[in-house]
Amino acid sequence: MSATALAPSGSPQDASESERLRNVHPLAWQNPTPHGRYHLLVIGAGTAGLVAAHAAAALGAKVALIERQWLGGDCLNVGCVPSKAILRSARLYAEMRSAKHYGVQAPAEVSVDFAAAMARMRSIRARISRADSVARLVAAGVEVFFGAAEFNGRDSVTVAGTTLHFKKALIASGAGPETPDIPGLVDAGFLTNENIFDLTEPPRRLLVIGGGPLGCELAQAFARFGCQCTIVQKLPLFLPKEERDAAQLLADALAADGIEVRLNTEAMAVTVKAGAKHVDLRSDDYQSTVVVDAILVGTGRVPNVAGLGLSAAGVTFDAERGIHVNDFLQSSNRHIYAAGDVCLPHKFTHTADASARIVVRNALFMGRQRLSALTIPWCTYTDPEIAHVGLYVRQANDQKIQVRTFTIPLHEVDRAIADGEETGFVKIHIRAGSDRILGATVVARHAGEMINEITLAMVAGIGLGKLSSVIHAYPTQAEAIKKAADAYQRTRLTPWLRAWLRRWLAW
Amino acid sequence: MSAVGADADDRVSASTLAAPVSDAVLLDALQRAAFDYFLQAVNPHNGLVADTSRAQSPCSIAVVGFALSVYPVAVAHGWMLRADAVARTLLTLRFFRDSDQRGGEQSSGCHGFYFHFLDLRTGARVWRSELSMIDTALLLAGVLTAAAFFDADSADENELRQIADALYRRVDWRWAQQDGGSIRHGWKPESGFLHYCWDGYSEAIMLYVLALGSPTHPVTSDCYRAWTATYQWENLYGYEFLYAGPLFVHQFSQAWIDLRGIRDGFMRSKDCDYFENSLRATEVQREYARRNPLGWVGYDEDCWGLTACDGPQAEQLALCYRQGRWFGYAARGLPYGPDDGTLSGWAAAAALPFAPTCALRAMRTMLARYPEMLTAGRYASSFNPTLRDTDGNAWVSAGHYGLDQGIVVMMIENWRSGLHWQLLRDCPYIGNGLRRAGFRGGWL
Repeated sequence: MSATALAPSGSPQDASESERLRNVHPLAWQNPTPHGRYHLLVIGAGTAGLVAAHAAAALGAKVALIERQWLGGDCLNVGCVPSKAILRSARLYAEMRSAKHYGVQAPAEVSVDFAAAMARMRSIRARISRADSVARLVAAGVEVFFGAAEFNGRDSVTVAGTTLHFKKALIASGAGPETPDIPGLVDAGFLTNENIFDLTEPPRRLLVIGGGPLGCELAQAFARFGCQCTIVQKLPLFLPKEERDAAQLLADALAADGIEVRLNTEAMAVTVKAGAKHVDLRSDDYQSTVVVDAILVGTGRVPNVAGLGLSAAGVTFDAERGIHVNDFLQSSNRHIYAAGDVCLPHKFTHTADASARIVVRNALFMGRQRLSALTIPWCTYTDPEIAHVGLYVRQANDQKIQVRTFTIPLHEVDRAIADGEETGFVKIHIRAGSDRILGATVVARHAGEMINEITLAMVAGIGLGKLSSVIHAYPTQAEAIKKAADAYQRTRLTPWLRAWLRRWLAW
Repeated sequence: MSAVGADADDRVSASTLAAPVSDAVLLDALQRAAFDYFLQAVNPHNGLVADTSRAQSPCSIAVVGFALSVYPVAVAHGWMLRADAVARTLLTLRFFRDSDQRGGEQSSGCHGFYFHFLDLRTGARVWRSELSMIDTALLLAGVLTAAAFFDADSADENELRQIADALYRRVDWRWAQQDGGSIRHGWKPESGFLHYCWDGYSEAIMLYVLALGSPTHPVTSDCYRAWTATYQWENLYGYEFLYAGPLFVHQFSQAWIDLRGIRDGFMRSKDCDYFENSLRATEVQREYARRNPLGWVGYDEDCWGLTACDGPQAEQLALCYRQGRWFGYAARGLPYGPDDGTLSGWAAAAALPFAPTCALRAMRTMLARYPEMLTAGRYASSFNPTLRDTDGNAWVSAGHYGLDQGIVVMMIENWRSGLHWQLLRDCPYIGNGLRRAGFRGGWL
């Protein structure tokens, strides 16, 4: 077997980076020699691929895992892990600047050490990469192949000149950043999640194109690192899938961080003059030009389906949706499944994880688990964070489901007041006539932590009324959930019941 | 044109109004002062009315809608002769009938709609403003009010009614509806439709009712359903209501349409109606002001009024205040803001029909504490007690806004006589629009 070429990393080659690369793609790796037919062949070693490979191997299956670049996929290398690491540093800079609001002496001058923040990020990324390492896979009994995978039939794949045969296969090749069709953008050069974490110094002026989670999170982080940031979003609000109040609070928060927010605005063209990027913007009939040093594109993600030989395998796909799967995550070739970003509209690490577990059960053990049965929360890690689970009111209305919403602004929550973190709310939607929770949105400094309680309640079938009797530690921001439950309980006190209670107490 | 009755010199000051005058005297004075705005801000040659009293202000077509709605009040109170009111209304309607409807950059409108802001003198579009669906609706609400009030069988009043009918009938509401969905916010000759639609509960009930009631170009019947699908029914501070942050949302359409006791499908499902909902929204305002989470000066349960209004801007403030975030003209709302400590006294007056006791108490409290909010006897757009000048007076928005004056005149009148509600109850287009929206019961 030949050694595979190591994909280059643009990050500074420090000790952390060396450790990460040792874990996710060792320089001297030799692909193993395949033996017989694999129970499960997995293409892509991102979250979905790794979860499936480990789970299947742990259950005794013979598993092959093919990765063309880095184990751990986007999440570990160029996604959740590095972004959350730098968001934390950026938040601390913001807190240092606002220290006086907390009765704390602010530093006389807050000077940003961007290189140190990025070094910390690399260190964290390297540490977390140990869990995704090739050594762990091998120890688990997974045969790991580095190289580009291509189907050459309905039950075989070629990688680095070797053909592997399988009984079942899982395609978990993930997704990559979309390149918007803006004249001049490619020639001018731009950043995406795939290279922004390689930066060693922040751009003085940054334009972020796209108001989705990636664009909003990184615009806020880089603004807090001292960049002069502008964010343009084609739609009238950020995070178009989220509640309007949540999106509005986010727009306010970004503006408060000094970001120039340009909603309802499109980038039309890019030119380079004297080393600077001139980007023409249009909002209805208003046209303007911003001059920046770097452009970050976060307009969306497209599934990685090219070059996989999917047609040869009888797998139906398209460039936008990716691989077409049924509710059991089975493709048009019933022996081939897909999981994660390559086939799902919700491109989250935890969704990739959950879908991979479904595939292992359905593919290897005749399971009949359905994707649609999952209750999937998600969170955008801006400050404040925006988390959601279940139905939105709009979706419920469209399905003609009567909804009641219980809203607790965080200024009603003692801990949020004490923390100086009153921006936000908890909104819990229940089906009218019952206390069944249909969905919830939380906007809070740690909304991602708070949404888990509501997700648990939904999955376990715990009604909002029952949450009222769950003792929440005081003072915590999650107490907002109990307050919403208490508000629900108060509505059960009908005029008749109130009158009856009065009579009882009078007696 | 001549006005009859008291003129500006006879008006009592704010501090006097806050003292022991009766409610009737207080409301008379405020209503009359608000009405006088329309006498002062009108162009007597075409009937257009300035958006604000500030220099170089253009005409706002919505303010013209309010003007057409308050002339009947003036006739009823003896502040205008009927003949004068008819003449002014006719002048206004003729302007719109004859206006340039080619949709060019200098036109007044197209498809029966009008640009938001027009040159006060020529009626041509200014400020590259949008062809505005909601502001056209408010204008037409005034047009139909005038047609309902001036019902005499005279040449002038016959012509008035004939033009009013023609103006309403020529509006192509269907053109402004996105495919199978809600109504768009606006259109510009340079770039086409704006990306926004009328989604979420808002002041747009009037817009939807007019668009549904048209005998000529109605929106499709699924339009209203598409709109109400974006509603949010929330329990906030212990009140269950159809949520919208700024108070004017709960007030504007009900300046014309009597929504007491009639319900659409959404309100039937909540065992509520829009009038009751506005009462609850007023209570929520009081609750928010009592909590005052941002710690602004002055807020309490009798000092509130977060709504669409003018407000301070950093560059116009004293140095000591420039570090704050001030929002200028904005739709202030709750509980998530924007809230920069700026309140509108007129918002309490506009809440009179829904919550008279609370509204009157708030009006008196605010006038007593901040008499400077009343200039020339009428409400300024807003005041901000957190921002004080060297004499200790609250910041007050300069001049007056026509929308604020119009809603004050109409809501005081509706509370006392129900004049506008009664007028549009008798308008077949309104009744038809309400029924197509699914409203049932009560007077309907």
